[in-house]
Amino acid sequence: MHDWLERNSILLLIGILVVVAIGGAVEIAPLFWVNGTVEHVNGMRPYTPLELEGRNIYVREGCYLCHSQQIRTLRDEVERYGHYSLAAESEYDHPFQWGSERTGPDLARVGGKYSDEWHRAHLTDPRSVVPESIMPPYKMLGSTALDYRNIQKLLQANRRVGVPYSDDQIAHAKDDLEAQANPDSDGLEAFQKRYPKAQARNFGGDPSRVTELDAVIAYLQMLGTLVDFKTYKAQAPENRR
Amino acid sequence: MQTQTEAGWRLDLFLLPLIVFLGFCAGLSEAALSPDPAMAIQGWTFAACMAFIGCWYLWMYSSRQPADERGPYTDGVIKAGVVAAVFWGIAGMLVGLIIALQLCFPHIFYVPDWAWSSFGRLRPLHTSAVIFAFGGNVLIATSFYVVQRTCKARLWGGSLPWFVFWGYNTFIILAGTGYLLGITQAREYAEPEWYADIWLTIVWVSYLLTFLGAIWKRKEPHIYVANWFYLAFIVTIAILHIVNNLAMPVSLLDSKSYSLFSGVQDALIQWWYGHNAVGFFLTAGFLGIVYYFIPKRAERPVYSYRLSIIHFWSLIFIYIWAGPHHLLYTALPEWVQTLGMTFSIILWMPSWGGMINGLMTLSGAWDKLRTDPVLRMMIVSLAFYGMATFEGPAMSIKTVNALSHYTNWTIGHVHSGALGWVGYVSFGALYCLGPWLWKKKLYSNALVEWHFWISTLGIVLYITSMWVAGIMQGLMWRAYNDFGFLEYSFVEVVQAMHPYYIIRAIGGALYLAGALIMAYNLWRTARDGEPVPAALPHPVSNILAGEAA
Repeated sequence: MHDWLERNSILLLIGILVVVAIGGAVEIAPLFWVNGTVEHVNGMRPYTPLELEGRNIYVREGCYLCHSQQIRTLRDEVERYGHYSLAAESEYDHPFQWGSERTGPDLARVGGKYSDEWHRAHLTDPRSVVPESIMPPYKMLGSTALDYRNIQKLLQANRRVGVPYSDDQIAHAKDDLEAQANPDSDGLEAFQKRYPKAQARNFGGDPSRVTELDAVIAYLQMLGTLVDFKTYKAQAPENRR
Repeated sequence: MQTQTEAGWRLDLFLLPLIVFLGFCAGLSEAALSPDPAMAIQGWTFAACMAFIGCWYLWMYSSRQPADERGPYTDGVIKAGVVAAVFWGIAGMLVGLIIALQLCFPHIFYVPDWAWSSFGRLRPLHTSAVIFAFGGNVLIATSFYVVQRTCKARLWGGSLPWFVFWGYNTFIILAGTGYLLGITQAREYAEPEWYADIWLTIVWVSYLLTFLGAIWKRKEPHIYVANWFYLAFIVTIAILHIVNNLAMPVSLLDSKSYSLFSGVQDALIQWWYGHNAVGFFLTAGFLGIVYYFIPKRAERPVYSYRLSIIHFWSLIFIYIWAGPHHLLYTALPEWVQTLGMTFSIILWMPSWGGMINGLMTLSGAWDKLRTDPVLRMMIVSLAFYGMATFEGPAMSIKTVNALSHYTNWTIGHVHSGALGWVGYVSFGALYCLGPWLWKKKLYSNALVEWHFWISTLGIVLYITSMWVAGIMQGLMWRAYNDFGFLEYSFVEVVQAMHPYYIIRAIGGALYLAGALIMAYNLWRTARDGEPVPAALPHPVSNILAGEAA
């Protein structure tokens, strides 16, 4: 029988296509429709414009290569980092940033664990606060003004791939970004209406302008803080898988 | 340039320069119009590459019969592939050494004012350079060589193989310079952004066509087993590449895009891709090398034809399922985790089937391990393949993975495969191709011995240090003290890694030194090796035909 395949390149090609398609189809396709693949939680919202910019910088610098954002369901990890990660917590993450390596610690719940000031010192010169650290210094974050001319387009592109940004959120993306980085601005109230419970303050420490450091720290400080675990029912039928 | 040759009107000499010209225009438009400075640099880079390829076409086809269209086979492009592979291999290993040193001595090897020099930007440069630039050029060169010899036919499409070669290396340059500029999709081993992905898709389809075209024109009734593996590699990589890179660009003038999928679905699609980049790029493709170069070098037929068939189909079927073992104990649904783990364990069998088939090909010629260091390198590569493909299934067992995941054990595992298996089988193929293509005797067997032993020592240092470091790391993270608290803070574990990181860097440096010896040896071979006048003594097709019959 194998004689046919060996003598006919098209049959061989089709045979290969069929054989390699099966595994992927069986494992991946159901994730899009099996109920309970993503848990039902309260509190998830899309990233604010400033956080999204921070996340883009996180991606740009390849942070995922040393830091995971996925706490596994193991006792020591839950005690070290906090509640194990839910699928719902990365449902707006394009791309996901779960990572594969912990050269540095997991960051899935780093939000609120350290002060902004600590993050500023640590990102600029990690060894100034953690002498044993082997992390690269990101000195330029604080001295580089954030380029957010295309912030509306960033939100729009996210909406096209399924993130539920409202028209209002897209229209005011630039105002919201500036309001979150500057707590004294007029836009603060409107911002907090559009992104309930989002933190607004001068994250980067330079009141004169919005820097890349503002964006990165705003992103780090919200990581893992959205889901309300008081109302999350892990044992509810819709959350068991 | 003339599209009219003795053979008549040539479609490839119209279509391919047109693609290059359109690429040139696209590059210039990005350079001129993009508000994003990094994208503008990418535009200039791409336009420069396209201009280079255009000039190459003018130069190559200004004569009536270009050098590479004389003789029975298209071999010039394979020589170029050999040179590119050696160059990228050394570049990639050097970057690997630099990032290894960054983890050892952060205060020396990080330059705070050079954003491009941080670990996060150099690490994809290292992985892409060794996997896609070195490995990719080895695969293109060897597959071009093997398919022509085993089909007794030229590559299809006139200048198409050259377009594949230049186009692929353009992709490498675009991707590599992009990482340094901070352009990445942040998907491991699929970091290049949308426009580079589109360009690679065009190149890859061309690769499939020129390869398949040679098979269509073959003068042998059977398609030789090495070509099955190359074909599976080319086709499956195309599927993986396209699906995993589906993304929405912010605009046509922006380097940034957002992946079509998110969260848990995105994670599984990425590791379906990631694991099968290992399975099809780094395994199936290089098994194509095993099935041609080892029988040829040993002058023995492949051990078992039946085993080839079973091993081929079971390997490509089972590999695809193994992706979820990268996501054990995560938010991925339990049923997918279990399925992925199960198939990963089953995968041990076809992997060892391939190893046995390769090793046993030496039956009756085992003495050559003593006398032929090139053959020894390829056989040792199979031993490393066997080791890594036993370790992999073991690590995908959930309880083992609970310890090994996120640690340097994974790094050790990957490098026993990458340095031992992929590296050695590639070096073996390059040591074969150099003399065969330049028709010279290899400059020095003694230098191959040096290469072999220095790099073997390097591999041993590398993988043992990472095993010890990884297992220690995993145990320290989960260690509890007598009061029921976690024993170690994270940074204490980082500190404990220090000596092992240094041993690893020494191992990497030795491996790089071996590659430099190879580069010197191949260069001397091409320049002043002793010419080999006659045809090769044992045409492999006889050996292979004898086996297939």
